[in-house]
Amino acid sequence: MILLKYDSRSVREPIIAKTAIETETLLNIIKASVGARQGEIIIEVEDAKADEVMEKLRAFGVEAVKIEGRIEKDDELCVHCGACISICPVEVFSVADDKKVVADSQKCIRCGVCVTVCPLSALSLPE
Amino acid sequence: MKTVKTVDEINQKIKEGSANVVTALEMKDVVAELGAEKAAEEVDVVTTGTFGAMCSSGVFFNFGHSDPPIKMQRVWLNDVEAYTGVAAVDAYLGVTQLSETRGMEYGGGHVIEDLVRGREVELRATAYGTDCYPRKEIVTEIGLEDVNQAVMVNPRNAYQRYRAATNSSDRVLRTYMGTLLPNFGNVTFAGVGELSPLNNDPEYRTIGVGTRIFLGGAKGYVIGEGTQHAPPFGTLMVKGNLKEMSAEWLRGATFPGYGTTLFVGIGIPIPILDAKIAEATGITDDKIETSIIDFGVPRRDRPVVKKVTYAELKSGKVEINGEEVRVSPLSSYYHSIKIAEELKKMIEKAEFFLSMPVERIPQKEVFKPLRHKEVKVVKSVMEKAIAIRETTSVQDASQIIITNNVNHLPVVDNEGVLIGIVTSWDIAKAVATGKTGSVSEIMTRKVITALPDEPIEVAARKMEQHSISALPVVDTKRHVIGLVTSEDLSKLLVG
Repeated sequence: MILLKYDSRSVREPIIAKTAIETETLLNIIKASVGARQGEIIIEVEDAKADEVMEKLRAFGVEAVKIEGRIEKDDELCVHCGACISICPVEVFSVADDKKVVADSQKCIRCGVCVTVCPLSALSLPE
Repeated sequence: MKTVKTVDEINQKIKEGSANVVTALEMKDVVAELGAEKAAEEVDVVTTGTFGAMCSSGVFFNFGHSDPPIKMQRVWLNDVEAYTGVAAVDAYLGVTQLSETRGMEYGGGHVIEDLVRGREVELRATAYGTDCYPRKEIVTEIGLEDVNQAVMVNPRNAYQRYRAATNSSDRVLRTYMGTLLPNFGNVTFAGVGELSPLNNDPEYRTIGVGTRIFLGGAKGYVIGEGTQHAPPFGTLMVKGNLKEMSAEWLRGATFPGYGTTLFVGIGIPIPILDAKIAEATGITDDKIETSIIDFGVPRRDRPVVKKVTYAELKSGKVEINGEEVRVSPLSSYYHSIKIAEELKKMIEKAEFFLSMPVERIPQKEVFKPLRHKEVKVVKSVMEKAIAIRETTSVQDASQIIITNNVNHLPVVDNEGVLIGIVTSWDIAKAVATGKTGSVSEIMTRKVITALPDEPIEVAARKMEQHSISALPVVDTKRHVIGLVTSEDLSKLLVG
C-alpha cells in the first residue's frame, strides 16, 4: 500500500492513470481525499511493482510513501467479542476456527474506524 | 416423563468422580447421535456459558466504619458515584455509572475490574452529619480485601436471546448494540445462541431461584428471574462474592458514544434428569430465532427488519433488501466456550455441585412499557411555515423575515417540495458579504427535517445534534407542512 500526497500543482494532473499506463501496473485506489489545492490517495499495487510505481509517482512530483503500520490488536485486552468485524471496510477481522477474533493486518488501510468502536480499547494504529 | 436420575444422584456421582459431564456444544452431537432417551441415560450434566456486556450489573459494598463514623450520603469510587440510599456504609456501584472526571472512558465496570485485579481505588464520601454519624467527609484508598463485603448482585444477566440491530438512517449510530453504520451498513447481535444457559433449559425446569452457577469465575447463585424477563427473552438475577472472582471473567468496557458496561462471564450446569431435558440441551442455533430491528427509528417500538436465526447471524452475513450485510457478534463466543469447559472441569474435579431450584422463575411474562403521559408529537406544536421560492431575492427574504417576525424560511419548488432553508443569520451574512442576488445562492440545501408524528424529544435531539434552532416539518413526499422551533419545544420540555 502506498500513500500519495499531492500538492497544488500535481493535484491537477492525471498522474495515477499515467503511472498505471507507463509502468503497466494495475492500481487499486483504496481511499482518496482530493481537494482543490491538495490531495491524499492510498493505492494498492503488487509488491514486486511497488518500487517502480513509487519512482514514477515521484517523477511526476507526487510524494509517495509506503504504508507500513497496520492495525495492531492487543490480545491481552481483546475479549474476542467481534464488534470490529462488521465495521471494517476491508474485512481485516474474522472469527477463526477456535472462535477467537483474528486480524489479518495485511489488508488494513488505516481508516481507523475499528479503533473507535472497540469496547476494550484493544485496537491501535501505530504512528 | 420418566425421571432417569435426581440431582442428588448426580451429585453423588460427581463426588465419586464418575459423573459424565459434557458442554452444551458437545451435547448437540450426543443428542443427534444417540437420541434424547439414550442421551439422558448417558449424560449427567451439560454445562453452558455466556460472556457478554451485561449493563444491568453491579456490586453491593460494605466499606466498614471510619472513626469517627460517617453516614455516607454520597460516595465515589475513582470518581464513579455509587448509590447510597441504604445503610450508612453500604453502597451499590452500577457498571454503567460514568466517571465524573473521565466520562465514558471509565465507569463502574472498570472500577469493578480494577478491584478484582487487586488494584486500590479512591473512596470519597460526603455526609450531612448526625449525632450518631458526626463525620462529614472522608477520602481514602481501598482494595477489595479492605471492604467487609463486595457482593455482586446483577438485576438482569444472561439474556436467553436478544434482538439484533441495524440502522436504516443516513448517519452512524452509537448504541448499546455497538456502532451501527448508516443505510443498513452492518448488523450486530448479542448472545451466544445454542451455548446460552436459558436456551438449553427453555422451560426453566432446572434454572431457578437457588441454582448454583459460575459467575465471574466464582460460585454464584440465581436469585430470581431478571428484570425485563419476558420468555423466550428470559433473563436472570444473579449474585456472587466479588472477592472470589477473577478479572478473566469480568471486564470493564466502553461502547463508544453510549457508555460503560461490564463483560460478565456466566456458566450454568444443567442436570440431565430426563429425556425432555436432554432433548432441550440438544438445541441448535438454526432453531433459535430472533429479529433484526431498526435503530434508525428512535422509538420504543422499533420496526422489525427481518426475522433470523442465530445460525444465520453467526454465519457473519445476512441479506437485507437484497444486499449482503456483514454481522458482528457482541458477546464473546470464544470466552463463552471457555466458561462451559471451565465449569465442566470444576464439576469433573468435584469442586462444583449442582443444586435444584427452590422456586421456579416465571415461564410467562409480559414486558410492559413505561407508563407515562401521552407522547407529544411534532404536529401538535409546529407553527405555520413561511416558505419562499429559490428565486426570491435576498432583499425580499429579509423583508419577509422582519414582517413575519421569524428566523427561518424554508425554500420550496413549485410543487411545495422542500429544497433548502434560509435563516436570518444567512441573510445578515449575505448582506455583510455583498451577496444580494437570489436566495438560491445562500440557502442551505441539506436540510434536517422533522416528521409530523415524530415525538418532540426526537426533534429536540436532532436540533441539539446539528446545533440548529428549527426544523421544517415535511410529509413523506417532503412537502413543507410546518416549522418547529427550539423555542416551541423548550416551553414544553421544561414545563
